[in-house]
Amino acid sequence: MITQAKCKKIIDLAIAHAGDCVSDMLVTVFEQDQATSRFANNEMTQNVDTSSITVTMYVNARNRTAVTSTDDTSARAIKRAVDKAIEKAGVLPHDSTTLKVLKPSNWTEDSAPTFSRYDPRIAALGPDDRLARVKSIIEVARRGRLKAAGIFATYLNTFAVGNTAGLFRFDQQTNVECSITMLSASSSGWQKGFGCNLDTVDPVALAEGAASRARKSRNPVYVRPGDYTVILEPSAVLDLVCFLYGDFTGTEHWYETSSFYKKIGKAVLGDNITITDDASHPLQTGFLFDDEGMNRKKVTIVKDGVLKTPVKSRRSVKYLGGAPTGHGAAPTASEGEYPMNIVVAGGDSSLEEMIASTKRGILMTRVWYVRDVDPNTKLLTGMSRDGTFLIENGKVTRGIKNMRFNQSVIDMLKNVVEVGQPVLAAGEETFPAVVPPMKIEGFRFSSRTKA
Amino acid sequence: MNKQLALYALDVARSLGASYADARLIKTVTETVETGNLFVVYAGESENIGLGIRVMVRGGWGFATARHLTSQGVVFAVTKAVEAAKASSRILNGRVKMAPEKPHQAVWQSPFNIDPFKISTDDKVALLLECEKLMRKNKLVKQTSGLLTFTREKKLFVNTEGSDITQTFITSGCGIDAQAGSDEHYIRSWPNSFGGQYESAGWEMVKRWDLLGNAERVAYEAVAVSKARQCPEMVTDVILGASQLALQIHESTGHPTELDRVFGEEENYAGASFLTPDNLGKLQYGSKIVNLTADATVPHALGTFAYDDDGVSGQRVELVKNGLFVGYLTSRETAHELGLPRSGGMMRATGPGFTPLVRMTNVSLEPGDAGSLQDLIADTKKGILLDSNYSWSIDDRRHNFQFGTEIGWLIKNGKIVEPVRNPSYWGITTNFWNSCDAICGPSEHVFWGIPTCAKGQPCQAIGTGHGAAPARFKNTKVGVAKPAEDKPKGGAHSKSRSGHHHAKLPRHNRHCAGGSK
Repeated sequence: MITQAKCKKIIDLAIAHAGDCVSDMLVTVFEQDQATSRFANNEMTQNVDTSSITVTMYVNARNRTAVTSTDDTSARAIKRAVDKAIEKAGVLPHDSTTLKVLKPSNWTEDSAPTFSRYDPRIAALGPDDRLARVKSIIEVARRGRLKAAGIFATYLNTFAVGNTAGLFRFDQQTNVECSITMLSASSSGWQKGFGCNLDTVDPVALAEGAASRARKSRNPVYVRPGDYTVILEPSAVLDLVCFLYGDFTGTEHWYETSSFYKKIGKAVLGDNITITDDASHPLQTGFLFDDEGMNRKKVTIVKDGVLKTPVKSRRSVKYLGGAPTGHGAAPTASEGEYPMNIVVAGGDSSLEEMIASTKRGILMTRVWYVRDVDPNTKLLTGMSRDGTFLIENGKVTRGIKNMRFNQSVIDMLKNVVEVGQPVLAAGEETFPAVVPPMKIEGFRFSSRTKA
Repeated sequence: MNKQLALYALDVARSLGASYADARLIKTVTETVETGNLFVVYAGESENIGLGIRVMVRGGWGFATARHLTSQGVVFAVTKAVEAAKASSRILNGRVKMAPEKPHQAVWQSPFNIDPFKISTDDKVALLLECEKLMRKNKLVKQTSGLLTFTREKKLFVNTEGSDITQTFITSGCGIDAQAGSDEHYIRSWPNSFGGQYESAGWEMVKRWDLLGNAERVAYEAVAVSKARQCPEMVTDVILGASQLALQIHESTGHPTELDRVFGEEENYAGASFLTPDNLGKLQYGSKIVNLTADATVPHALGTFAYDDDGVSGQRVELVKNGLFVGYLTSRETAHELGLPRSGGMMRATGPGFTPLVRMTNVSLEPGDAGSLQDLIADTKKGILLDSNYSWSIDDRRHNFQFGTEIGWLIKNGKIVEPVRNPSYWGITTNFWNSCDAICGPSEHVFWGIPTCAKGQPCQAIGTGHGAAPARFKNTKVGVAKPAEDKPKGGAHSKSRSGHHHAKLPRHNRHCAGGSK
């Protein structure tokens, strides 16, 4: 694990070496130690323990920006990367839109959050600790005469930013991740947990949840494709809603490519939908400052269905007005900004209440391979997977074969009739976010499949 | 490249009890130039070096990466790998065994004519900006962009069985695109969508794909599709353009023939496969004219190499012969498990930070006898030509797929009559391949490169190649993905040049989201 002092030394070295050859310079250091125990068929199949680091130099030489990166933190390699960036910048065309780097005063005006997302217990876990957890998962599988597949993984992430204006930010956080699929001969169930604190992920509870879904969906039946009332568990909600994240960025509004272009102040989703980006939310993960070193501010993007504002970088506010929100990516035009800490507000309904109030519908645990097929309407396609159930007369009655949906996520969020309590959900299409389960009317399935 | 360090890693692994170990010392340099709307939006170069160490102890696998390329760094990493392997060995159904492979000593260089790293950055920038200017001559074009990316990778592989292999790869990619439309935007790209074409080749491939010569046509077609009507819903004969067919092969042939997937090792993420061993040699996967192979030896294709990361030489393996399912993509471990005498040599990792997995090489549809694309269109009474992928999705067993393309061209009485927008098609894998009744000939056959095939946990993105010539599929369901008629339309779309909003993720957060998987 790299220290704050080491990060500062690398950044200072790069900046000192660049000297007067640059107008401005930003240096980032991102290190990740990752350990993953992977299992399938009730045995360990992979066990990896890796470490990576990337030092990136963003060099502005008279309004020409070039980028180089290296994973070699020796002084020689850092200097070589700086020299290469300066050389590259020198041959690029002049760009009058280039921004100066962020001054420290730009972010110290806001008080930086003081809480930590570093759990030393996660950082201390070794292969035997991961093995114990995998064993406990497989024990659940064996008790239920099921097969388990999945991962138990730990991450230690370090991020530092420094620039020629004297800014320096540093943070470290831990993550724990556990994803479990339980399989019977005819069915499967899935659960996934993610968090910054070891206590937030309980492998046995996740295993029991996945096993329960596998048992309940045994011998699934076909149902006819069509429009259904669906209840989406949080991971399924996340992997659909994430396809709007790009539309919530200032750069896409600036480029006129957001689905919500010219709709600020207008109702774009149902009046029971409120979406914020809040890096400080207690359930959230991630660093509290952006790639330029600015604090990530809480932004209300959609309030009661009305579009309030996208997140904005220092670059996009030049064209959109307003203030940057601390969501900027690296200072090149290709990156823009991104909402990294989405929170979809919850409602009063429990999952059980949603099921009880449903005469006929479908409960989906997980969606798979979601892609946008008509970007103009945000029409998405994808499959259900690992726990798809028929609801009849207020009860989950049996598992059903997986189905393909073709559904606009914008329309989906106009047709939400019940919302549950939000949790930190983890899916496969994006990073984890805080979202609730939802009950939705008129969700369109277009075809079915064998499994 | 310090070979002694890699050999030292093997010695340390042996001394700590490993029955097998391999080490991959890899240095990679990547240069990328990206322009958008007449600005240079990214000009950069990255350099990475690391040592990946895989060990087997008491039949269990462990893997670690040495970031610090010193004796101490190697001992630290090997110790971690051995500890991980020991933990693995305590929860096995049986010790891992591998199909035999004789040791190889070799030095290999992927063929190229012009070193792309010797072309100046300003020449690269100038090419893309000139393409953008040409596309913008059409005033109805709203967004333009271009991308050039080049990689040089030098990889040393050594293992405890005596293999000592050095391979150097030069990979190049190029692409441009234009978006047009007023309230709604539509994209056309060249030579392929999602960043363009990728090959195991040098700057000569950029010249061959003639970005400048195609820029104005790309702009014209973007405008044409923006003015076109929605693709109608129908069952009709579909001609897939070669680049779209490449992705169809990737998703519905390549992935389901990965033997680790078949054995359930990818159940939790990428899924499993309907091509279970009881189907081998029995299942009529496609029509009699369908022949699919995995060939790592094709010059200039993205999935080409001399030796895989098991130390097995690259090979040509039949997957589907005359429509019959006959083969898998294998590793030494999975080949042994299936009872095969030798691995097909498909084990690869994405750099030194990842353990190898069974991956596609160049999984291709062999050319047929239907002549040129024009011949095939002329032979089609009623149908649609679908070209340049936009959307792709398939279920976790690889049965049910749905693809969308940038453009469709309706065909009537052997002629193209009209472009349509948002075309999509849907099918079940074996039904679809059994409906294939015509494949164009060798003159239309191209090895397309997909640079971001995602698999594994932690997720790895790797390049694969797919040879394809346009082919026709009878009675296919088209236009299934259309906006609901009774629902209001959204505004302009959020499609970036990479086509998918996840491409907007900060570079270090992209992982595998949005790639092919």
